Amino acid sequence: MTAPALRLAVALDGPGRHPAAWRFDPTPTGEHYRLRHWAALAAEAERGAIDLVTFEDRLTLPPRPPGAAAPRGEHSTGRFDAVQLAAAIAPLTRSIGLVPTATVTHTEPFHLSTAVATLDFVSEGRAGWLATVSTDPADARNFGRRPAAEFAPEHRTELEQESSAVIEAVRRLWDSWEDGAVIRDVATGRYLDRDRLHRVNVESRWFSILGPSVTPRSPQGQPPIALVAADPEAYQRAAREADLVFVAPRDAVDAAAVVAAVRAAQSQRSGPALRVFADLVVFLDQDAGEAQARLARWNDLDAPPASPPDGREPLATLVGTPKDLAVELAEWAAAGLDGLRLHPGGTAADLPAITRGLVPQLRAAGLIEPTAPARTLRERLGLARPVSRYAA
Amino acid sequence: MTISPPRPRKQVILGAGFPHASPWIAWTDPASHSQIDFSSIRHAAQTAEAGKFDFFMLAEALRQREHKGGFYDVEITGRHHGPTVLAGLAAVTDHIGLVTTSSSTYNEPYELARQLSTLDHLSEGRAGWNIVTTSDPSSGVNFRRGGFLDHADRYRRAAQFVAVARTLWDSWPADIGDGDGPARGEPTPGAYHYRASQFDLNGRFPLPRSPQRYPLLLQAGDSPDGRDFAIDTVDIIFSMHAEAHAGRRFYADVKARAVAAGRDPDSIKILPGSQFILGDSLEDARERSHEVARQQITAQNAIARLEQVWGRDLSDHDPDGPVPPLHDPAAAGYAGYREGGREPAAVAVAWARRAEQHGFTIRELIIDVTLRHTFLGTPSQVAEQIAEAVASEAADGYVLTGHTTSTGLDEFVKSVIPQLQERGVFRADYTGATLRENIGLPAQGPASAPWERAQ
Repeated sequence: MTAPALRLAVALDGPGRHPAAWRFDPTPTGEHYRLRHWAALAAEAERGAIDLVTFEDRLTLPPRPPGAAAPRGEHSTGRFDAVQLAAAIAPLTRSIGLVPTATVTHTEPFHLSTAVATLDFVSEGRAGWLATVSTDPADARNFGRRPAAEFAPEHRTELEQESSAVIEAVRRLWDSWEDGAVIRDVATGRYLDRDRLHRVNVESRWFSILGPSVTPRSPQGQPPIALVAADPEAYQRAAREADLVFVAPRDAVDAAAVVAAVRAAQSQRSGPALRVFADLVVFLDQDAGEAQARLARWNDLDAPPASPPDGREPLATLVGTPKDLAVELAEWAAAGLDGLRLHPGGTAADLPAITRGLVPQLRAAGLIEPTAPARTLRERLGLARPVSRYAA
Repeated sequence: MTISPPRPRKQVILGAGFPHASPWIAWTDPASHSQIDFSSIRHAAQTAEAGKFDFFMLAEALRQREHKGGFYDVEITGRHHGPTVLAGLAAVTDHIGLVTTSSSTYNEPYELARQLSTLDHLSEGRAGWNIVTTSDPSSGVNFRRGGFLDHADRYRRAAQFVAVARTLWDSWPADIGDGDGPARGEPTPGAYHYRASQFDLNGRFPLPRSPQRYPLLLQAGDSPDGRDFAIDTVDIIFSMHAEAHAGRRFYADVKARAVAAGRDPDSIKILPGSQFILGDSLEDARERSHEVARQQITAQNAIARLEQVWGRDLSDHDPDGPVPPLHDPAAAGYAGYREGGREPAAVAVAWARRAEQHGFTIRELIIDVTLRHTFLGTPSQVAEQIAEAVASEAADGYVLTGHTTSTGLDEFVKSVIPQLQERGVFRADYTGATLRENIGLPAQGPASAPWERAQ
């Protein structure tokens, strides 16, 4: 069986994906809010030849139900602005892709475009963007600009349409300075070729943007945009708007079905195929029994809810030794996925188990390439650098 | 007879300006590097840190400047998202403050407060925010809010914006310890409610108190409203009065307003934005200043800048010839061009008067009204000028911008900083753990009462 080499992503999400992860995280609370903690996690991923890390984010903390006791571990659940966190990590890493989450719902498309472009400059071409929609009325109350009623479940489609408009606006702004717009022509005193800057003229129900951006075209031109998708409609959206999609198959068999569905959704797509990464939670241990026992212990304390409260998809969980998982993942790879996004059940234990245990096993099994010499994230994903849509 | 030791001279505060779009940069000089490549920005920030500068500061604009139906093309332009690029710099510097200029009109308080808190955490207490209300009326075309707020509304919003931000920055307990989480009965971390005429917000802020609690706050307002807002709200006024005489007048006015408002005048610092030109002698520096000014204001830029204010095409004029008459002040200003928040007609009339008084050519006029080569001379002379200006209360220090991108402070750091240190007016090394501590400002900024008044 020969499948093309898989790309590996790791999701960095505080103490880990499992709701009980904070209980076993040896990180002192304050360290969660220090750059050196995050830089060490990114360095671990980079040493382990991980292609890219994503930074989870959400705008606000979940409201505490009235009268509920303080959840233990609550002090370590705060979150940085993920684009800034990625930018701070960028100079401390050399090759890994940095893909922060940023919501499109309450933010300014103009600021989003310049922030991700800036990340692309700071990382010298390693930026991506995981675009999310905020459906939580609590987020709206923190901005005070839109009534909470707009976030009722029946308005979900409109929020997604707005998201499409934001992504389109951001992409146009990224193209609004052609490459080579800065000419520094001493003879004529012109710093800029004014004809290589372009209005974007975005008009939507939600906003209008004249453009151009104030940020020149970034090293990748278009940093890859990722979406999370879990149903055929979302696959369609990803096929129209994204470069990369994170899907949530239940198992290896389902993965083949999901890949087929994503392929089917791309019939109208022009340009390179959508890169499809499966999301998985991993619990690893050198002893398979201990890995199982750890998950059972954690589930006893805080069982992952059947449908996570923040609207995220429940993910398949793989438990065992690195060797066991490499065997299982070979079946996932055979489904035709481009990559896997591994969510450490607990960051402190499972991130090094991925980089030091699982990665060598996947390499030995020929599922991943020995090294990845790519310079930019687009190159790593096999995506050529596009020219600006406005270039003559 | 007893001889009392000489009173120590007043300490100088220094910021390093890094323009992304400015006539202050002589981009035709081969020593001028990219203003957008991270390696350039990193070099500039690390040089300023090697020189023990208090902070590194970025400006902001939210729309590409336009001119005669196209984009303004004769000055450096193209910039980063401030909070994001400064987060990158936090990783490659250890002590220097990192100041973003960010609009209170075209940001929302929850998001910007979170970005400033993120920057303060990531930099371990080095974040600063230069508050601008974005007087350029045309920026709205790029934002959800659209439109434009008039002067009074911009300041009302800015005052409440800062009040919201402080509420959010204070919304977690002072000490979260290293333990399990909140104790029973403790308030919910991050829970807040803010309600005033401009904002009605509630929810939970996602970050604990940052090392400085409040980032350093700066503001550049020069109008009476702007000065009062600054006294109510900020730690530092980023002023345009670099020349000593005007500086002393502004300094006295602001400090008197501070006293009248019940604020310790020493808790608000005044830092004019300035440039310097070094030479082997005063005469040499003067000559260099003349040359550099003509690099900064190229022939093309002299014409374009005058066209912007005169409001008509002057392309057939000689930049080194006489300033043409203004004709109609009401026609002044392409695309709502403003300078320092003043109306275009007022700027035009002031320029015309100045040109006539001094018999300036076009280029001389633009050099005069645009550049601020405040300090000229040998390194020792420049150090003495700065020390003397601060001692004589023309300023508490300066935000200095070199005339080449990225390399602009190299020579200053090598030759002038040691002279300032030798005179005992500038730190030999950083002593504080945070930006506020290094500047010698109270940990929390202005006390809570005054800025609420603006509501």
